[in-house]
Amino acid sequence: MIADKSTSSKVMDIIVYTTMIIVLVVTLYPVLYVVSSSLSSANANDRGLVTIFPVEFNIDAYKGIFQMPTLTRAFRNSVIITAGGTAINMLFTTTYAYALSRKRLALRGIYTIIAMIPMYFSGGLIPSFLLISQTLHLYNSWWALVLPGAINTSNMIIMRSFFVSLPAELEESAYLDGANDFVIFWKIMLPLSQAVMMTVGLYYLVSHWNSWFSAMVYLNDEAKMPLQFMLRQIVLLSANLEQAALDGEAITGSSIYFTNYVAVKYATLVFSMAPMLMIYPFIQKFFVKGVMIGSVKG
Amino acid sequence: MSTAATSLQKPKPTGFKKILHDIWASRWLQLLILPGLIYFFIFKYIPIYGVQIAFKDYKLRDGITGSAWVGLKHFKAFFTGPNAYKVIRNTLLLNFYNLLFGFPLPILFALLLNEVKQVFFKKFVQTVSYLPHFISLAAVIGMLNMFVSPSIGIVNKAITFFGGEPIAFMMEPGWFRTLYVISGIWTGLGWGAIIYIAGLSAVDQGLYEAAAIDGANRFHLMFHISLPSIMGTVVVMFILRVGSMMSVGSEKVLLMYNNMTYETADVISTFVYRRGLEQNDYSFSTAVEMFNSVVNIIFLWVANSLSRKFTESSLW
Repeated sequence: MIADKSTSSKVMDIIVYTTMIIVLVVTLYPVLYVVSSSLSSANANDRGLVTIFPVEFNIDAYKGIFQMPTLTRAFRNSVIITAGGTAINMLFTTTYAYALSRKRLALRGIYTIIAMIPMYFSGGLIPSFLLISQTLHLYNSWWALVLPGAINTSNMIIMRSFFVSLPAELEESAYLDGANDFVIFWKIMLPLSQAVMMTVGLYYLVSHWNSWFSAMVYLNDEAKMPLQFMLRQIVLLSANLEQAALDGEAITGSSIYFTNYVAVKYATLVFSMAPMLMIYPFIQKFFVKGVMIGSVKG
Repeated sequence: MSTAATSLQKPKPTGFKKILHDIWASRWLQLLILPGLIYFFIFKYIPIYGVQIAFKDYKLRDGITGSAWVGLKHFKAFFTGPNAYKVIRNTLLLNFYNLLFGFPLPILFALLLNEVKQVFFKKFVQTVSYLPHFISLAAVIGMLNMFVSPSIGIVNKAITFFGGEPIAFMMEPGWFRTLYVISGIWTGLGWGAIIYIAGLSAVDQGLYEAAAIDGANRFHLMFHISLPSIMGTVVVMFILRVGSMMSVGSEKVLLMYNNMTYETADVISTFVYRRGLEQNDYSFSTAVEMFNSVVNIIFLWVANSLSRKFTESSLW
């Protein structure tokens, strides 16, 4: 911008760079601390020696959690739920958004209203729960985690805005060649829409991976639980163990879980965050794009 | 279908026939939209139909339609019961503090980030600031738990280092709102700033140069050019936040609270969750949720009307 060397400019630089450093430290430190603690010994964790880097480095906590069938199974469950759930989301969302984006679609106004009303008024937790568990009998099934949110209306609107912007000539020439809308949608429109598919697909993917609430509401079989739910269980259990230790009760059990529960908790945290943290620097630009399209549309 | 087929041959069908004609003409699109329509019908509209149990004594064996009507019994029970004041107050206060502290910070962050001149450093800070958005709530609260833990938490180590007594933060009702707001700022700062950063990057650089020639310093530029250029967005965002003053999602509170902190932590949605899904008090909790939903719509409607009156943009 403007490169003046006045006092006010220097003051501004000091404020700006101090703030930026604070933001960096405050954002990164908790994550770094969790990673370091997960790589530290029980002794170091109990005595609170870890500040930034691992103390008495070891990977026992990770060996421990990889030997816990509940956790490796939960990881696998999360992968299946996330992949399957995102596929279902994309199937329902792209078809609805594409059809809505075409002016030829009869009853378009009604279909738009049908999609908008639930954004402002929903039946709520209990009627949905009764529907899913009593009427549809999906209690304790993964379907209960992936079907009720198959279309997120904001995501659908992002896609529709994109489809609207695709040139109508493409469609018209294919139409004259005898292609129907299924073919045009699948063979012409979707291949041109990779950017928006990526954006919306990643929104869905991250939200499936990070969700735990619907698992808590709809699942009761531990073998089906996703990773985020198990993480919460471990955090709760670990808080109880810690309270027991404070109260002077002996912690029994010889597994790594009991001898170094702090590291196990942190290792589980890292294990649950790692996939998203590894991909987020590459996918964040799609997310930002989505925010922009969403805000233009309102 | 035969009606539609015959109407195809007529040059200009009108009324109902025209609708059938148009539907037939767009039949492939109608088929494409069908799965989504079925989805909305089952998972969004059947629950809306189910809201009627708020006015009934729902019994599993009688079903939604078969259960007996009881009028406003459950609404009365809620408002005369001991919890209504507490959960409504907690919901409003949590939103109020969130607005007070959580709303201005992303704006300030965006304004200051806009002053960073090194492109690489700017991109780096921005990317890092999005990081917490990708971490699950379960993990964020897990981390919060360990940071404020009385035995191993770094916050309490600092307190004891300066001679204080360790505080069991997660067990103290007095600390709940503070922790809720701070963890919210941690997750939302960078993400909430995106929209402002984008607005700032669209400002005509010539404006800054012209003002600088007239003797404006960087503070003047920030407050008289940068801030006004995003003010429209700020107002819209603010009104939207005010419009959702009566809603707090249950997920984060459920992860954070425990029976020691209900006094400040229990909000409408968590109360509904406990009464409905833990105590199976279906009709009562649906009534509470419906009350909340109606108040939300009124808030949003008022906020939207204000937005339409004072700014260019509105939700509908």
